[in-house]
Amino acid sequence: MIRLEKRKEPSKFWRIANPFLAVALTMVAGGIMFAMLGKDPITAIRLIFFDPIFSETFGSYSRPQLLIKSAPLILIAVGLAIGFKANIWNIGAEGQYIIGALFGAGVALAFFPAPGWYIFPLMVIAGAFGGFLWAMIPAILKTRFNTNEILVSLLLVYVAEKILAAMALGVMRNPDIAGFPGSRDLRRYEAAYNAELISGTGIHWGVVAALIAVIFAYAMMTRHMLGYHVQLAGQAPRAARFGGVSPARLVVICLGISGALAGLAGMFEVSGPGGQVRIEFASGYGFTAIIVAFLGRLNPVGIVLAGLLLGLTYIGGELGQMMLQLPGAAIQVFQGMLLFFLLALDFQTNYRIRLTQGARA
Amino acid sequence: MRKPLLRLEGLTKAYPGVLANDDVSFQIGEGQIHALLGENGAGKSTLVKMIYGLVKPDKGRMTLRDRPYAPAQPSEARQNGVAMVFQHFSLFDALDVAENVALGMENPPPLRDLAKRIRDVSADYGLPLDPNRLVGDLSAGERQRVEIVRCLLQDPKLLIMDEPTSVLTPQEVEILFRTLRQLSAEGTAILYISHKLEEIRALCDEATILRGGRKVATCDPREKSARELAELMVGQILTPPERAAKPRGDVLLSVENLSLKSNNPFGTSLKDITFQLHGGEVLGIAGVAGNGQDELLLMLSGEIPSPAGQVRLKGQPIGQFGPNARRLRGLVTAPEERLGHAAAPDMSLTANALLSGAARKGLVKKGFIDWKKTDSFAREIIARFDVRTPGSHVLARALSGGNLQKFVIGREIELKPDVIVVNQPTWGVDASAASFIRQALLDLASAGAGVLVISQDLDELLEVADSFAALNEGRLTRVRPAKGLTVEEIGLMMGGAHDMHPAHEDAE
Repeated sequence: MIRLEKRKEPSKFWRIANPFLAVALTMVAGGIMFAMLGKDPITAIRLIFFDPIFSETFGSYSRPQLLIKSAPLILIAVGLAIGFKANIWNIGAEGQYIIGALFGAGVALAFFPAPGWYIFPLMVIAGAFGGFLWAMIPAILKTRFNTNEILVSLLLVYVAEKILAAMALGVMRNPDIAGFPGSRDLRRYEAAYNAELISGTGIHWGVVAALIAVIFAYAMMTRHMLGYHVQLAGQAPRAARFGGVSPARLVVICLGISGALAGLAGMFEVSGPGGQVRIEFASGYGFTAIIVAFLGRLNPVGIVLAGLLLGLTYIGGELGQMMLQLPGAAIQVFQGMLLFFLLALDFQTNYRIRLTQGARA
Repeated sequence: MRKPLLRLEGLTKAYPGVLANDDVSFQIGEGQIHALLGENGAGKSTLVKMIYGLVKPDKGRMTLRDRPYAPAQPSEARQNGVAMVFQHFSLFDALDVAENVALGMENPPPLRDLAKRIRDVSADYGLPLDPNRLVGDLSAGERQRVEIVRCLLQDPKLLIMDEPTSVLTPQEVEILFRTLRQLSAEGTAILYISHKLEEIRALCDEATILRGGRKVATCDPREKSARELAELMVGQILTPPERAAKPRGDVLLSVENLSLKSNNPFGTSLKDITFQLHGGEVLGIAGVAGNGQDELLLMLSGEIPSPAGQVRLKGQPIGQFGPNARRLRGLVTAPEERLGHAAAPDMSLTANALLSGAARKGLVKKGFIDWKKTDSFAREIIARFDVRTPGSHVLARALSGGNLQKFVIGREIELKPDVIVVNQPTWGVDASAASFIRQALLDLASAGAGVLVISQDLDELLEVADSFAALNEGRLTRVRPAKGLTVEEIGLMMGGAHDMHPAHEDAE
């Protein structure tokens, strides 16, 4: 018989080991899935996890892509992780990402075609503000009316997608090309273009912002009172009140930070790699970032590693589609499996599994 | 001599690093009320868990009515007629009494039959209980009755009771004792765990005393004084707390006509609370759990804000302030629940020192935490209050209840407050730690601070308090000098017996 015993202290070993184990299990289960699809599992796994970096043929294209894909994931996940630690569940980063992009692009399109050094910084501020604003909806509804932030933030994603479509077809549509949906290409508007900073590396301002966010989040969580309050609220809400934490204030701060960072990510994407406001602009970064946050153990440094890994699966998935005609959904299944295995494995961080003989309950 | 019911021979149980029970042998006779005495960590609960089938002994054996007895789990113990009432009730607030009882039974009968049996049993044993009431609406004493009735329905041969009186008024204790004596007369043996020595002397036929996992004595408690028992338990000579006589200072804390709604649907709202606390005074507030103690503490700590002028500290209105602003002005509190309220279980002692220390100790500069200073504050508490732990990095939840209590109370005392409010300062703490904590509170009062002690332990209040009041259903009685109050008067102040009739009168 299998028995579960609660551990006295969570196992440090499994905390660190589980993400690696989850990746390994995902590869095995993914391999089985590919075999069932009639593809060679070894080739498919290699194509997704190794070729983007090590292959001579694709490496030069996909290596810079790694940072481009990972930066928004990391930027969003760092913000989400702060809220998750406080038990405040922002599931709608995708929506905040879209609204941030629209605010950023809106500023750019308003100034077009004027030159000016100040346009890009203004777009950064607008992007963060847009995401912040979108996150304030669940925050205020929660603090005022005690609604569930998970539901509200999630449903607002779909609202944001509709707004995105309306913008791409309406106000923000490029007036110079009649009949096509989508805004002007910001990559062709120098004052607004989030260009590659060092050529061939994929490093743009979003990568820099992600790095800064990681450092700030790390300092905040380990040294600042706000980080302490976040952890208190997550672990022991009554002790947090005793320590003088206002739960409502914390909800606003946590949703605000994660919303602003998601908005920033959207803005850097639309002004750089994405290039324009299109209907299909949203690519699921906001959802994948949830996986990144958990896989990275809600720890800023862990999130960097997890973000790089998930970024890799995006590129590997594209390669797989190109080279092996894998279905596009395969990569989402992959990401889902990763979270599934991680959460399942995390059980043993807090519980010990014992095999006992005889005696039935 | 009584016929032996349960015999323990050489029971030994080791956990990594500790020998919880070392070669413990004694026996309980049929119908005997047997006390199990010992400090925290003396191995009482491990021993009881072995009898109840929650823990397997490493060595030794038990016999029940001369037949080998080795329960692999509680259900097996219950089948053998061993039942247990735990210190912490396992009841669901939102279910009614009958449903709660049914949940704890192996094969519950239909609810309607069960309700009738509950009525019968509770009437037989003088424990009135309405099976249809919601548990959330019951007092702590009534909740305990639910647990006891649940056990009695299974017709036990041995009833284990873990600290049953900590939640009862003196009158309720008297009623419980009558029930237990009746059970004993009918042949049910009772293993009675308690710290309260006077109680054991009043109730029990025999007492087994554990210290450090070993049995130190089995004796007749009626032949020993409470002090002798305590010294057997602790293994050292105890000194009652002392204090230097000091004239009463100015009013430090005053509350005026304050009514406050509880933030918990099953909580008790405060009604028209008025009192004053002077410098150098120890004000004891008695009351059965659930009569507004938690709310009173939350109101004073600032976790529930109140109208500004109705709570004053040194004359200044502080009702509108949160906990940290009050701490800065000199008012600190120590809530009853150590794990989860006064301390965060999964944080280190250092991080927990910051919890209330941040404001008053200057541990935070411009929002950044000075971890070095915080750690030395934690070490200071650990050293001064003799908290037994490998170090300040240890998680709060890894400490024993008594040690964590010393840490929590020590933390607040080290903040050198003008007024300290503590709820159940020595709850579940062993005798030597309890006298240490009481002494520390008295020292604080001698130094001129106002001390407010909320407690359900009357002996404790009578030992430390200068003045005395009681909470009953959210109302506070007038504050009276503690000197000269009798236990009966206190019992009446506490609101009497809560719809309890002295048992057996109406059963006949």
